[in-house]
Amino acid sequence: MRKSSAVNQLSRGDRRLWLNNPKVVPYVFVAPFIIFFLLVYLYPLVMTVAMSFNKINGPGNWEFVKFKNYTKMDTRDFWMALKTSGRYALWDVIVLTIVPLLIACLLHSGLVKGSSFFKSLFFIPSLTSIIVAGIVFRLAFGTLETATVNRVLAVFGIEPVKWLSYEIPGNTVLILLTLWRWNGVNIVYYLSGLQAIPADQYEAAQIDGANAIQKFFHVTLPGIKPVLIYVITITVLGGFSMFTESVALWQQNNAGGVGRTIVGYMYMVGFKKNNLGVASAVGLTLLVLVVVVNLIQLILMGFFKKED
Amino acid sequence: MARNKIEGKKRTVLSILATGLMVLVAIFAMVPFAFMFMSSLKPGTDMMRYGLTLRFDPEISSFNNYTALNTYRDGIYWHWYKSSAIIMVMQTVTGLFFGSIVGYGLGIYRFKGRNLIFTLVLIVMMLPFEILLLPMYQMMIKAKLMNTYIGVIIPYLVPPFMIFFFRQYCLGIPTELLEAARIDGCSDYAVFWRIMLPIMIPAFGAMTILSCMNSWNNLLWPMIILQDNKMHTIPIGMGTTITPYGNAYDVLMPGAVMAVVPIVIIYLCAQKTFIAGLTAGSVKG
Repeated sequence: MRKSSAVNQLSRGDRRLWLNNPKVVPYVFVAPFIIFFLLVYLYPLVMTVAMSFNKINGPGNWEFVKFKNYTKMDTRDFWMALKTSGRYALWDVIVLTIVPLLIACLLHSGLVKGSSFFKSLFFIPSLTSIIVAGIVFRLAFGTLETATVNRVLAVFGIEPVKWLSYEIPGNTVLILLTLWRWNGVNIVYYLSGLQAIPADQYEAAQIDGANAIQKFFHVTLPGIKPVLIYVITITVLGGFSMFTESVALWQQNNAGGVGRTIVGYMYMVGFKKNNLGVASAVGLTLLVLVVVVNLIQLILMGFFKKED
Repeated sequence: MARNKIEGKKRTVLSILATGLMVLVAIFAMVPFAFMFMSSLKPGTDMMRYGLTLRFDPEISSFNNYTALNTYRDGIYWHWYKSSAIIMVMQTVTGLFFGSIVGYGLGIYRFKGRNLIFTLVLIVMMLPFEILLLPMYQMMIKAKLMNTYIGVIIPYLVPPFMIFFFRQYCLGIPTELLEAARIDGCSDYAVFWRIMLPIMIPAFGAMTILSCMNSWNNLLWPMIILQDNKMHTIPIGMGTTITPYGNAYDVLMPGAVMAVVPIVIIYLCAQKTFIAGLTAGSVKG
């Protein structure tokens, strides 16, 4: 029986022999990525670099302008967008690394009653569209005294705040929206890391007389380091390239540019003002920013150190 | 004995505190939904006057806003809905297919260039896709893919995060199983199809939810590709109802509720596989 099926397999294999060649098989599996990488990443990336040094007057009508597109970026709007994205990225990394970690540790500790219920529930906000959820945040943090949050503040005798009109309160609302939306995702990442830590490590620490805080710093943190690095890396990326959250709270073209991010600025210059050269230069600046910040972060976290 | 009793008491107090804290977090997570639902029952004029409230007034509350979705701009909301659903299904099916085969290839086989390809996957994961928008946009114009769903899903055909995840998942699977199947005369592709796919079901569950989430929420790229009003997705369409000249709350709020419902149902059905799948494929550095 087994023999005949093997023979069958061989004769069928004969026809497409090269596809079944053990040397070829792995490349068949990874081929989609290679094609995809060349067409969807490498080619557009090369084009972006090329476009950033040219003035694009129309399809096929390029004019080499050296660094002029980069000097043209020196506008109030660009620096404001950079500041907005930078400030947001900083707080995003701080809040969205620490808060979900603490919640995940509590859920994992066995102290919480009904922890699997909470696990499922905390994830639900992540399922919603930010534009849709943003509408609620936008209204709740409205400018008027009658807006929900201002009314709550009034109970404590705090003056109404024009949340979305200024950068700092605006950034606070952005971070709250982000925390609401992504908290559950990061909790799941952390929980997967926490579950991978062997219980005997905690027992050993217990025998050595470690208290809860010592256990957290000496067992938990080193144990979830790979997950932590992953979370910080994607949060840095998400922070600097944020766009949707800001559209949800301010739309694309608000007066004064409060809340406009680097990607928002790029969209405005490239698609609204049709200045592809400058927009490409902005895009590359964003790329360099993300790569540099992430490299620094990865070096600090010891990602490149070879494990003994 | 006495010490144990004190320990036990301490633990009970801690447990109550921890559970209480989780209840607060749960309220934070759920309150926006409550606002959304309560407001969807009230006429838009009430929203204008009193803002967002949780107040329930049986005199003015009804499901009228929901039926109004059918007539608003000739029922355009359901066109958005259809667009979102079509894109979500297409993007998820293709993403799962390509993501799983590439992830499997990288996780199971040893071959020349394997590390290079995996490094490329990691690099691509850390690239802001947004910077490629302009040349991608021009490519789509040239390929005549503007205003098509294919144009929307092309950048997500082979999602790097799925490759990464499926690779991690495959690393944890004992190779003896696959060897045995190979000795039985299965070709490598048959091994993937008949042996691996069933084993990877939890991974597929987790990735389905992540992919649906990403697609359902995606704004920037679909906004660039889909310029025809009727082809807009829910996030684009909902964005257009917020204007400086007044917001169509009658549409916004029930529309928001209806947009949340299907994805929450998918999640609740698949959540067991989802959590299990994510845990099994945990990030191993």
